[in-house]
Amino acid sequence: MNYHVDERGYFGNFGGAYIPEMLYPNIEELWENYLSIIQHDSFQQEFHQLLRDYVGRPTPLYFAARLSEQYRAKIYLKREDLCHTGAHKINNTIGQILLAKRLGKQKVIAETGAGQHGVATATVCALMGMECIVYMGQLDMERQRPNVERMRILGTKVVPATSGNMTLKDATNEAMRHWINHPTDTHYIIGSVVGPHPYPDMVARFQSVISEEMKKQLNEIEGNPYPDYVLACVGGGSNAAGAFYHFLNDEHVNLIGIEAAGHGLTSGESAATTVLGKPGVLHGSKTLLMQTEDGQVEEPYSISAGLDYPGIGPQHAHLFETGRVQFLSATDDEAMQAGIELSRTEGVIPAIETAHAIAVLSKIEFNPDDVVVVNLSGRGDKDLETYIRWGKY
Amino acid sequence: MEHIETMNRIEELFSKKKQNILSVFFTAGFPSLNDTGTIALSLQQAGVDLIEIGIPFSDPIADGPVIQQSSKQAIDNGMTLKLLLEQVRELRKQVHIPIILMGYLNPVMQYGMEKFFNDATNAGVDGLILPDMPFDEYESVYRQSMEQAGLRNIFLISPTTSEARIRKIDEATNAFIYAVSSSSTTGAKEGFQAEQVQYFERLKNMNLKNPFLIGFGVSNANTFSTACVYGAGAIVGSAFINMLKQAQDIPSDIQIFVSLLKGKAS
Repeated sequence: MNYHVDERGYFGNFGGAYIPEMLYPNIEELWENYLSIIQHDSFQQEFHQLLRDYVGRPTPLYFAARLSEQYRAKIYLKREDLCHTGAHKINNTIGQILLAKRLGKQKVIAETGAGQHGVATATVCALMGMECIVYMGQLDMERQRPNVERMRILGTKVVPATSGNMTLKDATNEAMRHWINHPTDTHYIIGSVVGPHPYPDMVARFQSVISEEMKKQLNEIEGNPYPDYVLACVGGGSNAAGAFYHFLNDEHVNLIGIEAAGHGLTSGESAATTVLGKPGVLHGSKTLLMQTEDGQVEEPYSISAGLDYPGIGPQHAHLFETGRVQFLSATDDEAMQAGIELSRTEGVIPAIETAHAIAVLSKIEFNPDDVVVVNLSGRGDKDLETYIRWGKY
Repeated sequence: MEHIETMNRIEELFSKKKQNILSVFFTAGFPSLNDTGTIALSLQQAGVDLIEIGIPFSDPIADGPVIQQSSKQAIDNGMTLKLLLEQVRELRKQVHIPIILMGYLNPVMQYGMEKFFNDATNAGVDGLILPDMPFDEYESVYRQSMEQAGLRNIFLISPTTSEARIRKIDEATNAFIYAVSSSSTTGAKEGFQAEQVQYFERLKNMNLKNPFLIGFGVSNANTFSTACVYGAGAIVGSAFINMLKQAQDIPSDIQIFVSLLKGKAS
C-alpha cells in the first residue's frame, strides 16, 4: 500500500488540485518546483540549520515517568511545545519561507484560526524581512487577542475575514481570494496538510522532521527506532502528518489520530471529520468533509480553535479509508481534564489541541512494555483564558 | 472528437450571433427563494442572449463579496441544487434562451455527477461552468458522460493562463471560452487597464476555434462595449446582483439595467 502522494497529486482517492483557473499558474509553479527546491542540498542545509539554531531542534523526547505509571505503558512525550513560538507550526513556516525566497516571491500571505500558524508565519517573515499579511476570522480575532497582537508586534498586517462564520474556514477562503488577486509576487503559506496538491505533501515533508527525530531518539533510548504507538491530535492534521510520516510503511507501529468530538459526536457540535464527514471538495482538495446533504460545508465546533476545521488533510482521509491510522476522538470535557492531568503529573500545560491526544490514553489498552509516543504539539500558554473559563482545577 | 448530433441552444446562439452577446449571471434563490424564474424571464424579455445561474455554495473562493453575500443569502433562503433544477424545469416553459449553471464542484459531487448531468439536461440546462473542476479530470472522467447528456462544458481562462493551455482548453470545448478579464475574484473594478486590453487583443489574435466572452469586472456600458470590441460579448454578474439587491420591481428594473448596459452596442 502506498500511503504517500502519487504522481497525480493524490493519496488514494483523495487529494488533487481542485482550483479555479486563476490559481492554476500559482499551483503549477509550486507543483513543478517544490521537490527539486526542497531536496536541494543548499535548501536542506539552510532548513536544518534554522531548525537547530532558531527553532531549537531537535526537540526532546521525554520519558513521562508518572504518566507511564498511571497508564501502565512506557509513555514518551515529543516536546514540540518547546519549539520557538510554542508549537510544531514553525517547522512548516521555516520550510515554506525558504521555498518562497527561492521562488523569488516578495510577499507572503497566510490564514490562521487560533493564531498559532499566523504567529509562526509572522515570525519567519520578520526573520527574512518579507512583507506578510495574515487573514483571520473576525470572531477568532476577538477570541485570540494576544496572538493578534503578537503578529502585529512582529510587523504583520492582520486582516479580519468577515465572510461566512468568520472563523478559520473563512480566513482560508479570504487568503485564497487574495492569492487569486496577487498571483505573481505572493506565496501563500498554508498552515496545515490541506489545500491543493502539492501543499498536503509539502507541509507533511516539512513536519516529517518530528518522526525523523523520534526514530533517532527512540533508537538511542530504547535501542529500537520503532514505538508501538504514536498518538497525535488532528484538526487539518499537520502535527499528526509529521509524527506519522516515517512510520507509515512500518505497519507494526500503531498510529492513532485524535479528533475533537466537541460536545459529543452526536451533539451537532463536533469537529470529528472521520466520523461525521463524507468525501467532498474544499480549499482545493478532495477529502473528507463535514457537510450538509446538499453539499454545503458545515461549521465545526470544538473548544480548541486549532481543531475547529470541517475537513482533514487528504492524506489523513486516505489513512482513515485504508485503516492504516485509527481515529479516536475526545470531547471538550475529556480534553480539558486531560490538560489539567498532564499539568499535574508532568508539569507540562499542553495546548488544548494536544490535550485531546492525552485524553485517549485512558481509552487504549496498553501492554506494560508498550512504547507509546504522544506528539505534544503545542504549549498551553495561548489557552490560559480557556483553562481559566473552564475553571475546574 | 465525438460528433454531437443535436444542436445545443448555446451553439445555436453562437452560430446566429457573433458579436455583442450579453450574458448575465445571477445567484439562484436570490434575493428571494422563488425569484429565479422571474429573473430569468425578465432577462429574456430585456433582450439578454444567455443566462448563467449560480449554484450557491458556502465557500465560493473565486468570488468577491457581492456574489459571496448573494450565495449566503440564497442558502439561508433554502436554495438547494434539487430545487434549482425544479425551478429551471418550470421556467423553461417560457424561457428559450440558453441556460448555463455555474457553481463549485462540491454540491454537484454530492448530488452525483452523472445523475446531475442527466437531470440538468432534462430540466433544460445547456451548459455548465464548474470553475474548480480540474481540466484533466474533466477529460479523463466526466467529458464523455457530460457530452452524452448533451451538456457543454465551459472553461475559464485568465491573463496568467499560458498560450499552450488556452489552446488545449479551446480544443476540449465546443461552446465558448470564459475569459476572466484580470487576475482577480469576481466583482466590479474601475474600468479596464491597458494590460487587460492587451490580453484581450492577444486572445483575439489567437484565432481560437471557439468564441470567447469576457467576464469579471464588466459592470457598465463602457466596460461592456470595450469587451465587445475584442470578444464575442461579455458576462455581467456582480453589478447585476448589486442592482437586484435594491430592486423595487424586478422585471422593470431588469429592463432598465439591461438597456443602460447595452448602451450603443446592441
